[in-house]
Amino acid sequence: MLQEPELTPEVIEEKRVYQEMGLTDEEFSTIKEILGRLPNFTEIGIFSVMWSEHCSYKTSKPLLKKFPTKAPHVLQGPGEGAGVVDIGDGQAVVFKIESHNHPSAVEPYQGAATGVGGIIRDVFSMGARPIATLNSLRFGNLTNGRVKYLFDEVVHGIAGYGNCVGVPTVGGEIQFDDSYEGNPLVNAMCVGLIDQKDMQKGIASGIGNTVLYVGSKTGRDGIHGATFASEDLTEDSESKRSSVQVGDPFMEKLLIEACLEVIHSDALVGMQDMGAAGLTSSASEMASKAGTGMELNLDFIPQREENMTAYEMMLSESQERMLLVVKQGREQEIQDVFAKYDLEAVAVGTVTDDKQFRLLHHGKVVTDVPVDALAEDAPVYYKPSKVPSYFEEYQAMDDYLPQVTDHQAVLKQLLQQPTIASKEYVYDQYDSMVQANTVLAPGSSAAVVRVRGYDKALAMTTDCNSRYLYLDPETGGKIAVAEAARNIVCSGAKPLALTDGLNFGNPDKPEIFWQMEKSVDGMSEASLALNTPVISGNVSLYNQSNEQAIFPTPIVGMVGLHQSLKDITPSFFQSNGDLIYIIGETKAEFGGSELQNILEKRYFGKAPAIDLTIEAKRQNALLQAIQADLVESAQDLAEGGLAVALAESLFSEKQLGCEIAVEGDLTTALFSETQSRFLVTVKQANQSAFEAAVEDAKCIGEVTDSKELVIRHDNQVAIKESVADLCDLWKGAIPCLLKSKA
Amino acid sequence: MKFAVIVFPGSNCDRDMYHAVTDALGEEADLVWYQGAKLENYDAILLPGGFSYGDYLRSGAIASTSDIVAQLKEHVRKGKSVLGVCNGFQILLESGLLPGAMMRNKDLKFICHHEDLRVVNHHSMFTTAYEQDEIISIPVAHGEGNYYCDEETLAKLKANNQIVFTYENNPNGSVEDIAGIINEAGNVLGMMPHPERAAESILGSADGLKLFQSIVENWRKAYVTGA
Repeated sequence: MLQEPELTPEVIEEKRVYQEMGLTDEEFSTIKEILGRLPNFTEIGIFSVMWSEHCSYKTSKPLLKKFPTKAPHVLQGPGEGAGVVDIGDGQAVVFKIESHNHPSAVEPYQGAATGVGGIIRDVFSMGARPIATLNSLRFGNLTNGRVKYLFDEVVHGIAGYGNCVGVPTVGGEIQFDDSYEGNPLVNAMCVGLIDQKDMQKGIASGIGNTVLYVGSKTGRDGIHGATFASEDLTEDSESKRSSVQVGDPFMEKLLIEACLEVIHSDALVGMQDMGAAGLTSSASEMASKAGTGMELNLDFIPQREENMTAYEMMLSESQERMLLVVKQGREQEIQDVFAKYDLEAVAVGTVTDDKQFRLLHHGKVVTDVPVDALAEDAPVYYKPSKVPSYFEEYQAMDDYLPQVTDHQAVLKQLLQQPTIASKEYVYDQYDSMVQANTVLAPGSSAAVVRVRGYDKALAMTTDCNSRYLYLDPETGGKIAVAEAARNIVCSGAKPLALTDGLNFGNPDKPEIFWQMEKSVDGMSEASLALNTPVISGNVSLYNQSNEQAIFPTPIVGMVGLHQSLKDITPSFFQSNGDLIYIIGETKAEFGGSELQNILEKRYFGKAPAIDLTIEAKRQNALLQAIQADLVESAQDLAEGGLAVALAESLFSEKQLGCEIAVEGDLTTALFSETQSRFLVTVKQANQSAFEAAVEDAKCIGEVTDSKELVIRHDNQVAIKESVADLCDLWKGAIPCLLKSKA
Repeated sequence: MKFAVIVFPGSNCDRDMYHAVTDALGEEADLVWYQGAKLENYDAILLPGGFSYGDYLRSGAIASTSDIVAQLKEHVRKGKSVLGVCNGFQILLESGLLPGAMMRNKDLKFICHHEDLRVVNHHSMFTTAYEQDEIISIPVAHGEGNYYCDEETLAKLKANNQIVFTYENNPNGSVEDIAGIINEAGNVLGMMPHPERAAESILGSADGLKLFQSIVENWRKAYVTGA
């Protein structure tokens, strides 16, 4: 095996080796100042990963500070493995979203699989049992051969990992747009359930306590993964395939069970998973958070390969590894628990009082740097921001009014757009039911997982319409949060909090940084208005390939609470004779709409407007109506507008139809994407009670047993179609695209 | 009546099985770790689904060599009942307690959804609570559920009435639409679909509950005096 030719500190400085690791000249000077000397090769590697955007948030930190993060029900906000929210009865829900975009662009199966593995570890490292995962995916156009490959392999990777670890994949969303062609997005969210008394933190407190390493051995995979994630994807990225880690879900399953057994021992002090920047970040962050130092002897690190250098071990991102701090003298109790699962818990170091991060290897000190310099003193940048010219141009445009003559044909076309079409091809490959708590499975607006043993359930969703964010990031940011909350409310739950998965292009470009700023402003405002604080999240920047940036895509993962199981509300129409209501007025808003995509093949103009006061009021009114048992089904109106929502409400086992009448401009009534609207059905007996409860609701028709979708306009039939035929188009679209030749 | 749910490293439907028995059925059950357990005090053994040993080598292959399977064979010899679901079925095949083998699904993809099953033998100790030819909705969740056996074995299965459940719309390519089979003695059932996920109507179907009720009913008839 090749022995790493250790570069001397002088050579590192002279040849600017640190630049290859992603550090700037200024950052290198700062490191020299902190240390009072030149850093050696291992140390510069450690600084480079800890100061990468992925670990330090050095570019996004000033923006993230704007998010509202506190509320009485928030038990743990950003900063730990995942956020924690009180759900009563001494229980809490733990959740977070994380991206694995760059690895998935290069090696989609493993990139996606390890994304799922990583986010699950973040949740059980808090002491919570993972009860659900969701995925938010973005791809280019499905007619492109490479995109088909990425799509199929990402889905296989999520299935391969998630199914094996026994955590149901209950929901998510997938959108397709050209901007993601070279840079797909793979964001995974995990939700966990915990008794509040069992909450863990990733801290290394107690001088003299022992540091234990558990899980897979350390190999050379994933070295510099965090740095790789913090730069643009280029043609050269293929050569970074070795930066992509390989997952072992069986090992993860053993770790879940062992770690959830260990949390009941008072010998455990702290626990954290080795995620981005592996051993380096977990160890230094645990010490930094506790105000202590840590000394590790790398000779004891379980190694998969021979002759690994200190640099390689510290930068490896081998998967399924955990770092625990346990009380001195009680190591054996913890080791015994892991032994039951055939896992070795190896003592690799101790907690020290000198706030230094010190590494020994082959009897020599190979790293000795202040812990806080790595974790807390990372540089923070205030990047310049500039309004992009396209935005000013779009804002100055007259409202876009699409010309449609054959509305029936357009509805069929809309149902076959990959972003709208059924994702059954995808979610059928995910085990969505393991743990036997899934009440509303994928295909619903929000997934619902009951809390076993209690009369309550959790609703969860991920949402982000990046087309609106591209046209107007502030408005789009508001819409992303509002739409997630709408989905939660439609299922009958009260929105609790959100986790943000911020995906943007290269922040060094002022126009991109402006998109980030405005998106965060919009999301913050909506979070406040809807009382859904941001409790965790992840930032993924440099999502661009060959100079083409992705649409700004801040994905919102939201969790809500059903006060009672009886409140759980389906999105499908339920019974013949039920009255169909639309809540909220409809305006001609087509900027960023799916109809604009079909007719113009691009997006321009203004994003749909949103008034957060109205949004909050309607959501509250609808939720109260649901809680008062007045609502049979509820769905928000999103891509494709009313016509698509009506059709989707009929695509169930129920074999129903509907007949409605609309007024005004037909194209607007059917396809506009005006915000803050809902489609709701109500039993005739509840008509007056419902109308009193929800003042913006207007009855537009009723559910029939005709198995036909009938829409009348000006006393004429505008659309009359067999539900089964529409459903076939909707279900067949994605499999059909995948089979077609590129 | 007391059930044991065997937990192998990588089992992941063990708690689901446990709750189906304790919460939905209202009987006693223990989660039994595969090492160091004694099965003699249990009346029925449940092998849950999941990915024992990560499905490495072949699904169920490594688990089938564990000590507890030797005890399981003794339990079977005594005529007590064993239910293996999904990975549990695969373990029963690998250990020779049931005939045949499992291949990857015909479309080479994992599948997870409700399937309609036909109860083609309602005389087994696992199915007496069902009607003959009753159609029940039970979820499947597997990547390797394509049951295969040679013609001679198939003829035997048919002759002995060992095919208990068939798929109405074969999702995985199984021979003769087979979803579940029993051994010749009739006290070992292996099936790919998950009855424990269909034990409460809030989860979409309670059709699986009758399977567990059949086990209890037939055990009472056999072992409880006066029942």
